[in-house]
Amino acid sequence: MNGDPKLERIAKGNALALCATGTWTASFAPVLERMVADAEKLAGGSQSIFIDVSEVSKLDTFGAWLIERLRRSLTQGAVETQIAGLSANYSSLVDEVRRVRAMPVTDTSAVTITGMLEQIGQTVAGIAGTVAGLIDMLGAVLAAGARTLIHPRSFRLTSTVHHLEQVCWRAVPIVVLITFLIGCIIAQQGIFHFRRFGADIFVVDMLGVLVLREIGVLLVAIMVAGRSGSAYTAELGSMKMREEIDALRTMGFDPIEVLVLPRMLALVLALPILAFLGAMAALYGGGLVAWLYGGVDPEAFLLRLRDAISIDHFIVGIVKAPVMAAVIGIVACVEGLAVQGSAESLGQHTTASVVKGIFFVIVMDGVFAIFFASIGM
Amino acid sequence: MAGEIQNPIIRVRDITVQFGATRVLDGLDLDVKRGEILGFVGPSGAGKSVLTRTIIGLVPKVAGSIEVFGVDLDASNTSQRRNVERRWGVLFQQGALFSSLTVRQNIQFPMREYLRVSQRLMDEITIAKLTMVGLKPEVADRFPSELSGGMIKRVALARALSLDPDLVFLDEPTSGLDPIGAGDFDELVRTLQRTLGLTVFMVTHDLDSLYTACDRIAVLGNGKIIAAGSIADMQASQHPWLRQYFHGKRARAVMG
Repeated sequence: MNGDPKLERIAKGNALALCATGTWTASFAPVLERMVADAEKLAGGSQSIFIDVSEVSKLDTFGAWLIERLRRSLTQGAVETQIAGLSANYSSLVDEVRRVRAMPVTDTSAVTITGMLEQIGQTVAGIAGTVAGLIDMLGAVLAAGARTLIHPRSFRLTSTVHHLEQVCWRAVPIVVLITFLIGCIIAQQGIFHFRRFGADIFVVDMLGVLVLREIGVLLVAIMVAGRSGSAYTAELGSMKMREEIDALRTMGFDPIEVLVLPRMLALVLALPILAFLGAMAALYGGGLVAWLYGGVDPEAFLLRLRDAISIDHFIVGIVKAPVMAAVIGIVACVEGLAVQGSAESLGQHTTASVVKGIFFVIVMDGVFAIFFASIGM
Repeated sequence: MAGEIQNPIIRVRDITVQFGATRVLDGLDLDVKRGEILGFVGPSGAGKSVLTRTIIGLVPKVAGSIEVFGVDLDASNTSQRRNVERRWGVLFQQGALFSSLTVRQNIQFPMREYLRVSQRLMDEITIAKLTMVGLKPEVADRFPSELSGGMIKRVALARALSLDPDLVFLDEPTSGLDPIGAGDFDELVRTLQRTLGLTVFMVTHDLDSLYTACDRIAVLGNGKIIAAGSIADMQASQHPWLRQYFHGKRARAVMG
């Protein structure tokens, strides 16, 4: 009963009959489409055409549409066309398909020079928009902070503690491990190269200054941007997608106060703590390598460290931490609240959050370096 | 083919599904006949969606067997299973449209995977499907986030129908629609069932749907089918939950 579909031509004087047979379904669509296209071309000469579908064993939307397409193109060529032999089962399907309004598919426009220029312009304007968005969010967070200071009861302690656990306590193992390893590597490289000048002991100076001033806080900030910044964006973004943020707003809550402020505060508290722990782990790792690999025993290491660094180095490092935390938090929250309805948009904004977060952290570090150099710290 | 008409399109035997210690379905039997619209009702949390998801293969079962189109899904190999999946369509409760694809791409997604069809034919069929579910062709280039709730359901139905399946699963198709929209949707399911020869498995809470769209009703309770039959059978039943359901205030309003 099921067979390959065919469309046979039988000429009857001026009229032409097209006999459709076999299975007219989606699985035969390529064959069917070719047959219909051939029939459209060859039927031009005759005046009236009779499409007989009584021998069709199975018909679905694809088959019905192709018959309808044939009918339409023949009718357009001023050929009188009739469909006959429809069984009761299929006539409603063919009627349904007949209602379909043919619509030319509007294709997306091709790449043009003006289009490219427009895109460049929009990207540049987008950068200005990004900066404006960050300042906007900074203002909103500060305003919310001020409101909370006036009404301390509206402060969300539970939420802040929860986020503090997420971004600080749970980050300790990975931060300590990575900074420890970086301390080891700096010490090993220092000793390896300084030994040629017989200046092994200066590795302690290098390690102390580098870790306390720069590496400790910068590395930890980058890790936090990747670890917690992305989490903030994804959380806020999926809440935005599911209209949870709109729900908050309609209940009279300020999303900045409820969602952003506790997260920002947790991050601003967490980063100095993590930076301190990271610096200690790096010094410990460096000291271990100096002892085992460089033969600098711990007492000599500590004595040298005390001479090499002052409290200034430590302050320079730790002062940067809360500022970097604020930058990461603001970028993450702006990106999270900018998420649109689709999963793709969530992914894009999470990526943007991490990339922009790390970029701004490094820019801030440069600004601080210039500042501290000019005040002589 | 004659034999196929006799056999149920879905045959569920002795299905048990457990989440931790709670047994959701407990030795459940169910047949769905070819060409019918089966309405599936039951109290909230009774496991209606769980049964649907178990038949589709999204929830693992502890015991029992499921045959769809005469193929035992546990004993089937990958290609047999693929074949069965190609012949059914699923409308999820929230639509589950791919949010990063347009309506057109959503509907064409299964066609692209399973059929070798020209882009022109795919575009035309997409418009045809959209027309069938009562949407304008202009919707084709919108993203799911730009659609209303009712439109999302319709597009999701169009996607479920894109391969011309023999069987569709509808999980609460009318929930979240206004009564007029819900009525239209029932009418639409009926029309499509007639024109495409569909078998419909519909989980619903909507009494109107049961009265207007369904040929047969199955009721789930305590992990089993407590009743199955026509709407008249349901009304005659003495089961307490059924009595409340079909003779309650809302039911009287629908019938009156």
